Amino acid sequence: MTRISVTVDGTTYEDEVEPRLLLVHYLRDRLGLTGTPVGCDTSNCGACTVDLDGESAKSCSVLAVQADGSEVTTVQGLARGDAWHPLQQAFRERHALQCGYCTPGMIMAARDLLRENPAPTADEVRHALEGNLCRCTGYQNIVRAVLAASGQEVAS
Amino acid sequence: MIPPAFDYARPASVEEAVRTLAEAGDEAKVLAGGQSLLPLLRLRLAFPELVVDVGRIPGLSGVREDGDTLVIGALTTHHDILRDPLVGRYAGLLAAATRTVADPAVRHRGTLGGSLAHADPAGDLPAVALALDAELVVVGPQGRRTIPAREFFVDYLQSALRPDELLVAVRVPKREGWGFRYEKFQRVAQAWAVVGVAALVRRENGHIAEARIGLTNMGATPLRAAASEAALAGVPAVADAVARATAAAAEGTRPSSDPSATPEYRAHLARVLTRRAVLAAAGGE
Repeated sequence: MTRISVTVDGTTYEDEVEPRLLLVHYLRDRLGLTGTPVGCDTSNCGACTVDLDGESAKSCSVLAVQADGSEVTTVQGLARGDAWHPLQQAFRERHALQCGYCTPGMIMAARDLLRENPAPTADEVRHALEGNLCRCTGYQNIVRAVLAASGQEVAS
Repeated sequence: MIPPAFDYARPASVEEAVRTLAEAGDEAKVLAGGQSLLPLLRLRLAFPELVVDVGRIPGLSGVREDGDTLVIGALTTHHDILRDPLVGRYAGLLAAATRTVADPAVRHRGTLGGSLAHADPAGDLPAVALALDAELVVVGPQGRRTIPAREFFVDYLQSALRPDELLVAVRVPKREGWGFRYEKFQRVAQAWAVVGVAALVRRENGHIAEARIGLTNMGATPLRAAASEAALAGVPAVADAVARATAAAAEGTRPSSDPSATPEYRAHLARVLTRRAVLAAAGGE
């Protein structure tokens, strides 16, 4: 067992973990933060995307021990009280989800994009989300939602 | 999927890492960004007794100049390569190929050194290292040695790194004024290259003075398209001349067969992509 200290959504946790424990399992099974789903489990789908020290990361491809001393933000850490994050709001308003399984990863990946590029084109949004799969084929509305969250006019 | 159990070490220096690797014999795996190793562990295709996490060793990240060479720390992430002005100026081919690696989240964590040490012939960067004539700087118990890229990739997923050696830097000769292009054929976004071609071209008076071509996924290791490189020297940078010279692009390759492509189809792709890459690199679209 290895001792780690990780700050997740503003709360610092100290834990003993097995080195093989994946960050996504640590978040879900230890901390009960089930807002971050496990999707494909092969690094493809991006459903488990979180923010790790200011950059998006697929939490199925990070060991919990690698996050020792780090700051993690999950989709559950975005809202401020009752005020949703603009991306959460835009995904709701633009019907950017059907089953919702990919949504946490989509939002975390889109947040990463908007931090670096606050006014992306539709093409840039598509490229930024290339590591996130939606099996309901809802990409059109996802792209529109990200553009809307960036404050740009979007044809509906 | 849950990886098999392993012990974990996080050395604080290159010396400590090498000592740890030497003590573990053949049973250790080096963890850098983890974007190749973690999937292997989860799929239970690797069973190391010890994982040596070098991710926090200071001084192994970043790009600097050393005379006419760029020295790229092994832990420099793909994301940082894409934003580095020195790489953009002197090794644009590396940035162009890195842009096609996986997706933004993977590029945040994956490292140049990790993807070279993984030695996957379907990876984009090994062929680029070959085309650029990069050198890999490794440290072991006996000290430091430098391995030319053409000697580094030994077989499928096998490099010339010994079990007790750590890749610490990649040295890339600075090139200014060379055209470049990475052509990658993939079935869907973020998929592995079915075939990739990394081309560097030096042009003089409308002719191709020199061409350097690396092939991704055309054999157990990345390869140079030597026959086409020779045929391209002195050829005018126009479509039919380049097409003739690149017809030999698959010569000497041994591409694999898998659900994406037969060897014959890969050879076809190598010829087509080499023609496109060389023409684009020569500015003769």
